[in-house]
Amino acid sequence: MSGPTELELAGQVIELVRRLGGPTAQAEAVVTRADLALTRFANSAIHQNVAESTVGVRLRLHVDGRTAAGSASVVTADGLRALVERTLTAARLCPPDPGWPGLAPPAPTPDAPGVDEATAYAEPDQRADRVGAFVAAAGGLSTAGYCRTAHRSSAFANSAGHTAQGRSAEAAMDGIARRDGADGVARRYADRLSDLDGAELGAQAAAKARAAVDPVELPPGRYEVVFEPAAVADLLQNLSWYGFNGKRYAERQSFAEPGTAQFDSTVTLVDDPLGSSGLPFDAEGTGRRALTLVEAGTTRAVTHDRRTAAEAGAESTGHATAGAATWGPMPRNLRLSGAAAGPASPVGRSTTGTAAGAVVDTDTAALVAGVRRGLLVSDLWYTRVLDPKSLVVTGLTRNGVWLIEDGTVVRAVRDLRFTESYPRALGPGAVLGLGAREVRQPDRVDGVWWAAPSLRLASWHFTGGASG
Amino acid sequence: MTEFDAASTAVQAALDAGARYADARVMHRRYESMTARNGDVEELTQDESIGLGVRALVGASWGFYAVPDLSDAAARDAGRRAARTAMASARVPGPSVDLVPVEAVTASWASGCEIDPLGVPLSDKGDLLVGATRTMAEHGADLAEGLYQIWDTAKWFVSSEGHRIDQRIRECGGGISATSIGAGETQRRSWPSYRGQYGTTGWELVESLDLAAHAAQIAEESRALLTAPPCPAGETDLILGGEQLALQIHESVGHAIELDRILGWEAAFAGTSWLDLAQLGSLRYGSELMNITIDPTIPGALGSFGFDDEGSPAVKRDAVRDGRWVGVLAGRDSAAMASLDYGGSVRADGWARLPMVRMTNVGLEPGPHTLDEIIAATDDGVLMDLNRSWSIDDKRLNFQFGCEVGWEIKKGRRGRMLRNPTYTGIGPLFWRSMDMLSSETVSWGTPNCGKGQPGQTGHTGHPAAPARFRNVRVGVSA
Repeated sequence: MSGPTELELAGQVIELVRRLGGPTAQAEAVVTRADLALTRFANSAIHQNVAESTVGVRLRLHVDGRTAAGSASVVTADGLRALVERTLTAARLCPPDPGWPGLAPPAPTPDAPGVDEATAYAEPDQRADRVGAFVAAAGGLSTAGYCRTAHRSSAFANSAGHTAQGRSAEAAMDGIARRDGADGVARRYADRLSDLDGAELGAQAAAKARAAVDPVELPPGRYEVVFEPAAVADLLQNLSWYGFNGKRYAERQSFAEPGTAQFDSTVTLVDDPLGSSGLPFDAEGTGRRALTLVEAGTTRAVTHDRRTAAEAGAESTGHATAGAATWGPMPRNLRLSGAAAGPASPVGRSTTGTAAGAVVDTDTAALVAGVRRGLLVSDLWYTRVLDPKSLVVTGLTRNGVWLIEDGTVVRAVRDLRFTESYPRALGPGAVLGLGAREVRQPDRVDGVWWAAPSLRLASWHFTGGASG
Repeated sequence: MTEFDAASTAVQAALDAGARYADARVMHRRYESMTARNGDVEELTQDESIGLGVRALVGASWGFYAVPDLSDAAARDAGRRAARTAMASARVPGPSVDLVPVEAVTASWASGCEIDPLGVPLSDKGDLLVGATRTMAEHGADLAEGLYQIWDTAKWFVSSEGHRIDQRIRECGGGISATSIGAGETQRRSWPSYRGQYGTTGWELVESLDLAAHAAQIAEESRALLTAPPCPAGETDLILGGEQLALQIHESVGHAIELDRILGWEAAFAGTSWLDLAQLGSLRYGSELMNITIDPTIPGALGSFGFDDEGSPAVKRDAVRDGRWVGVLAGRDSAAMASLDYGGSVRADGWARLPMVRMTNVGLEPGPHTLDEIIAATDDGVLMDLNRSWSIDDKRLNFQFGCEVGWEIKKGRRGRMLRNPTYTGIGPLFWRSMDMLSSETVSWGTPNCGKGQPGQTGHTGHPAAPARFRNVRVGVSA
């Protein structure tokens, strides 16, 4: 690498603040270099293929009781000086900030998992080859999706003398196969690009697409459901944004009540940022660590940055991000723990007729086997919150829904709209089964993932069909 | 090295590396936002970003590479890498790629701006938000929030066909929201919409919103909603306010007429479209009152520009005329693939993102009525306004929207306020049921349109006015 390191750049920013803003100015700086690449395919061909190599610096400072933040993509001496000058000017012109929580004190940075260099610096040919394998394995069905890699190298420094640095690398693949208007999906997140098998994923998506043809329309109503991991990921994301978010909790907009048995006793939720390759510190320099949010059905905690922690009389849990003052600190690596001794059932026994291929793993097969009448749901789509406090969400099924009768998937169903309170659907007595194998699902941005097994719920409120 | 020089260098490097077409955008964007809560400034952010993105077409495959560095060496490297990435795309090749012709011009364009929004003192802007949120808190809001956002973007575009275009687009806007929190739910009222109204204008837009004057009323309404009767469930005549209709247009028309979706390019993520190109020109999309235009030339609207991000000039086109589907949002390559002769709707969210088909200003032409006339003509119905939630399927057919507030309409008069109003339907059936449309058009700005992988946030405009729809299902709940 040529030029100053991320840590050196962050240190330069802090020194500039000291010189230009005086000894009482409090400042924190994060410098991040990123190599992000995404190879996208549609109609079984690569149609968009992008990469970027960027560097950015984010500065937050507090001077004379006032706070401002800024960022820049120019990290020359002039660029850093301009950033510091304009952020100091902004802070001095701003109204006072009585909630300033102070800077993170010096503390050791947690150990983080290692970075796979081959993933960090993957070439476009390597992504293209995985796409090619996905397309080929779909056996002539039309396919679409992406393969991406991401690498970040980041350093933190503040004027209290705290520094931290780390790296992360990850890969993800997400694709569908399409047949006669029916889609099947396969989606994975991995620390190493080499762990993504395009052929395996393409075959899985194709099998599900073939099983999804000729869907029937079912009437709206309450159905027992088996959600596959991609669908469960949506539950985890919305619980994170609206429920375990320390700012929303402080504002009384969250359902969370620590100490209360709000979930079924089979539900344990852990935010586990270092459970895979991830940066070991947050935007305020606080070390990131595993945090149990729900333990055997009882809500234990919400996530904090320094500002919400100060309001709540708590400690930061290492969830600060840029913009968290507005959006709040929230879990970004949430894991729904699988069943300790997972049930298993042969995949082949759980489907019949045209629906063969709908179930692709033994965990899901075991859950399906226990359902007298219900629906198997692969994925949820366009979920939006009607009320944040009760976390009532509407959205649609996508990429495959099937009717289950007497423990067997019998046929494909057209997509349905639902309107459901997520905490209520996961409430005491509402979870009828969990798979054992947690499958990590990528988010739309790197650094964020959701891990879950398949999940069987007693009731899900479908409020509309494809016809309205 | 000027911005044009950097872009030209990148384009030439891509051509030298084997590209048969290349273009490059240098963008310099300054962004400022402030949020306030309950009488205090919550967050002030000022971001500045400059960089170069180059797109190369090698054979039938595209590649794109972006760097935050305008040096000669960095620009050359970016051009070469874009071409190399395109060559990797050829490992999983698609059909041949053509580009519909666009005159190569040298041009400059700037959006209108009376008051430079970044020049307004921060103390003035802070006082505005602090004052409005304090007023809301004093009038019963548990959570009183306000914000403004400003983007000042300069961009320089060069193509291997000879384009050389620079533009400066200033955008800003803001708004306030009051939330009251009950035992089991929250109620919110906003002005003029949640997270604000935006345009390609100066600070004069924010001043015209008069946030302070509406603070007390929306706070009191949010409190009153906690005890208002719920929106009844069933089928009824639905009157939508202009802000909600703008989002209805965005979701159920704007995205549906994006040509990349129609061609399947977004199938795995944003989705496809229920529209079939074979029906372009003949399909009945809505009632004869439905006239939708694609118009990036509207002064001050959020989706306006001089040229899109592949050098096509801003041109007004019809998307739906007298209820019939007649036009799409397209780019040069998607248009050629669909045997159409126009692009003009391609934009990139910054220098590090690939240009893609995006909405510009997609909106309804005015109708012959007023909102008062529509209410007076409605015997039994519900009026809903200001979006609270939005959800639509991946073909842009099945939608469900929630609004902040509803009002009962009985015998031509506005009655009680209703809480948790929702409505649901199927796009074309809904639009065919529109039988009254107001002339009171506002170009609503949506600054948060998500699309693409990696994700891009688009800024779109939606002229809309209140309208009535017959026999709509309302009152969906958990």
